[in-house]
Amino acid sequence: MDEPRVDELTGRPTMGHEFDGIEELNTPMPRWWLWTFYLTIIWGIGYTIAFPAWPTISGATAGLLGYSTRGEVSADIAAHEAANAALVTELNAVDLAALDAQSDLHRYAVARGASVFRAQCSQCHGSGAAGAIGYPNLLDNDWLWGGSLEEIAYSVRHGIRNETDFDARYSEMPAFGDILAREEIETLIEFLPTLADADWDSAGGVLFTDNCAACHGDQGLGDRSLGAPNLADAIWLYGSDDESLTETIANARFGVMPAWGQRLTEEDVRAVSAYVHALGGGE
Amino acid sequence: MTPQTENLYAAREPIFPKRVYGTFRNLKWAIMAVTLGIYYLVPWLRWDRGPNLPDQAVLIDLAHRRFYFFWIEIWPHEFYFVAGLLIMAGLGLFLFTSALGRVWCGYTCPQTVWTDLFILVERWIEGDRNARIRLHRAKWTPRKATLRIFKWTVWALIGVVTGGAWVFYFADAPTLANQFLTLTAPAVAWITVAILTTTTVVLGGFMREQVCIYMCPWPRIQGAMMDDSTLTVAYRDWRGEPRGKARDATAGDCIDCNACVAVCPMGIDIRDGQQMECITCALCIDACDDIMGKLGRDRGLIDYLALSDAPAEQAGEKPRPIWAHILRPRTILYSVIWASFGLAMMYALFIRPEIELTVAPIRNPTYVTMSDGAIRNAYEIRLRNKHGEPRQFGIHVSGDLALRLTLEGTPYASVVVPPDATHKLRAYAVTPADAEISKAAETPIRFWIEDQGNGERASVDTIFNGTGEQ
Repeated sequence: MDEPRVDELTGRPTMGHEFDGIEELNTPMPRWWLWTFYLTIIWGIGYTIAFPAWPTISGATAGLLGYSTRGEVSADIAAHEAANAALVTELNAVDLAALDAQSDLHRYAVARGASVFRAQCSQCHGSGAAGAIGYPNLLDNDWLWGGSLEEIAYSVRHGIRNETDFDARYSEMPAFGDILAREEIETLIEFLPTLADADWDSAGGVLFTDNCAACHGDQGLGDRSLGAPNLADAIWLYGSDDESLTETIANARFGVMPAWGQRLTEEDVRAVSAYVHALGGGE
Repeated sequence: MTPQTENLYAAREPIFPKRVYGTFRNLKWAIMAVTLGIYYLVPWLRWDRGPNLPDQAVLIDLAHRRFYFFWIEIWPHEFYFVAGLLIMAGLGLFLFTSALGRVWCGYTCPQTVWTDLFILVERWIEGDRNARIRLHRAKWTPRKATLRIFKWTVWALIGVVTGGAWVFYFADAPTLANQFLTLTAPAVAWITVAILTTTTVVLGGFMREQVCIYMCPWPRIQGAMMDDSTLTVAYRDWRGEPRGKARDATAGDCIDCNACVAVCPMGIDIRDGQQMECITCALCIDACDDIMGKLGRDRGLIDYLALSDAPAEQAGEKPRPIWAHILRPRTILYSVIWASFGLAMMYALFIRPEIELTVAPIRNPTYVTMSDGAIRNAYEIRLRNKHGEPRQFGIHVSGDLALRLTLEGTPYASVVVPPDATHKLRAYAVTPADAEISKAAETPIRFWIEDQGNGERASVDTIFNGTGEQ
C-alpha cells in the first residue's frame, strides 16, 4: 500500500490505494452515518433479547416479549372465533329444518362445514365427497338413512353401526349365503335389473318377495328407517356386476361410521351437516 | 493537515441558502404550490358513487381491498394497472432525465419540495443567509432559543399536517379528521402520523441535502440516464474564466461574487463542474443572471446547456436550439414506449367488462350419477358486482342440449349479488340418462349471464363431462 497523498487536482487526500494508476479520494462519510451503523448493532442486540433468537441445547431463548409464531396463529384463530361467536351461538340454537338457505347463517355453516369435512370426513367419503366402493357418494340424491338436513345431522351425530353410541343408526343384512342356494342367488341377481318393471310371479320375483322385500320393500325401493338401499335406482354402493352382487347377497355388506357427536362440537356437527346437505343432493 | 490525520468521518457542514429571485425560483414556487396543493387537498375531493360506495374521489381502501380514483375502481385482481403505472413512472423518469437531467430531483422530488418549504420557514423566522449564519455561530441566548423553538414548532406542525394528509388517502377524510379532533382515531392512524411527522421534520429540517447525497440511489443512477446531449445546469467556464474584478478587462465574466454558491441548497460550487451533489434546482442560474444583469453583461454564464455544445460554443458558434437536444432518438424512443404503456392501459381500462364472471367446472368428481341414472355436473360460478347497488343476474346454459340448470339453495334461475361484492355459487347441470351428452366424454357448453337490470349479457365457455361410455 502506498502512502496517502494529496491529490493535486482536487486538493483532497487519497486513501493510499493505487490500482494501475487509479487512486481513490478520501471522501469522509458523514458522522451520523457511523452513529446510525452503531445504532443498528445496538438494535440488533436488543432484538435478540426481546425476541426468540439464541439457540440452546433443547430449543432457543424465548425472548423478553414472549413472542412466538405459534402464539400469533393461536391469537389469530382466537380472534376469528371471537368474531364468529355470535354466528356459532345462532347456529347451535337454530332449528335445522327451518334454516334458510339464503341466510348468512347458512353461508357460514356451509363454509365452516367444508373445513370440518376436509379434516374429518374426506378420509372415507373423499375430498370431493364422491365416496368410493362401500362409502356412499354424498353428492347424489340417493340417501340410505335420509337426506333432509335433520336426518343428515342425526347420521353425523350418532353415526352408523358403531358400538360407542347407543342411538347410532343400526341394521344388519343377513348373509344369504347360509340361507339361499347358489342357484337361487343367481336367479335373484338376474331378477334385480328388472325391478322397475318386474314380473312378480317369476322365480326371481317370488325369491325377492320372500327374502328381500321385508327390508328393501315390496317394490325394492328400499327403506330408510332400516338403512336398506333402494335396489331399483342407478346407484350401487358395492357395485352392480354379478360378482359384486353375489358377494353382497351371500356374505352381506354394510358400512360403519363413527358417532361424530362424541368427537366434534355441536356447531361442527351442524355445520358439516349443512355442508353435506348443500352438496347437491340434499332434500 | 497531513493526509494521515484526515478523518474517515466528518460532521455535516451546515448550509444556509440565500433568498434568490428569478425565473426558476418562481417556477419552483409554482411547482411547490401545485404539488403540495394536490397532496394536501386531494383527499378532500368528493365523488358520488351511489349509496353503498365511499364518496371520496381518491381512496386506497386497504381493509376492503379497493382503490378508488374518481370514476375508476380497481380491485385486487386488476393490480396490473398499478404495476403499469409504476412502469410508466419509471420510463417517465428515464425520459425526463435523458432530456433534461435531474429535473425530478430539482423540482418535484418530495425531499426537494419539503426541504424548500422548511428553508422558507427558516428564512422567515431567522432571517436570510447572513442572519442565519450569525445565529448559528452565536452562543445560546434566550433570543436564539426562542427563534429555534419557534422554527422547530412550525416545522413540527408542517410535519403533522404532512403525516395527517397521508392517512386521509386511506380512510374517509372528514370522518378520520373528526376522529382526530375527538381523539377517537384508530391507533394505526396516530402511529402513521407520528412516524411521518418525524420523518418529515428530520429529513426536511435537519438532514436535507444529506438525504440526496448519502441516502438516495437516484444520483448514482443518473449517470447512466444522462449523456452529452442532455440539458443540465452548467457553468460556461470558457466565458467566466479567469475570474476577476468587474473592472478588470482581462478577466472573464465571472466576478467570483459567490452568489451561485450562496443560494445553493446542496452547498456546492457549480463552477467546479458536474458533480453528484447537484440536484439541478437551477437557483444558481437565477442568482448569476441577477448579477450579470446588474453588470450589464449577457445572462447565461450559468445556464441549462448540453455538454456536447461546449466545444462549438467555445469556437464561437451558436448553441443548438433546445428542441434539438430534447428531440433525440433516445428521448423519442422513451416517449414511444411510455405512451404505448399508457395507451395499452387506457385500452385495458375501457374494455373492462361490465359483468365479470368466472365459471369453473368442479372436477372432483367430474360427474355424479343420480338415482335415476341422470348425469350431473357441478360448476362454481363467481360473479362480481362493482356497482354501488345490488344487481340481479340471470344464469342459463345456451343451446338446445338436453341440460337443465339449477342453482344451489334456490329454486330460481337468478341470483342477487350484493353491492361491491363477489358472489360465489354452485350451479348444477343435469342431463337424463338416455341423452347423448350423458354418454359423451365431454361436450362444450356456454354459460350466459344476464344483468336483469339493464339486459347486458356476458358468456363463458366451459365443458360438460359425461360418462365417456360412447
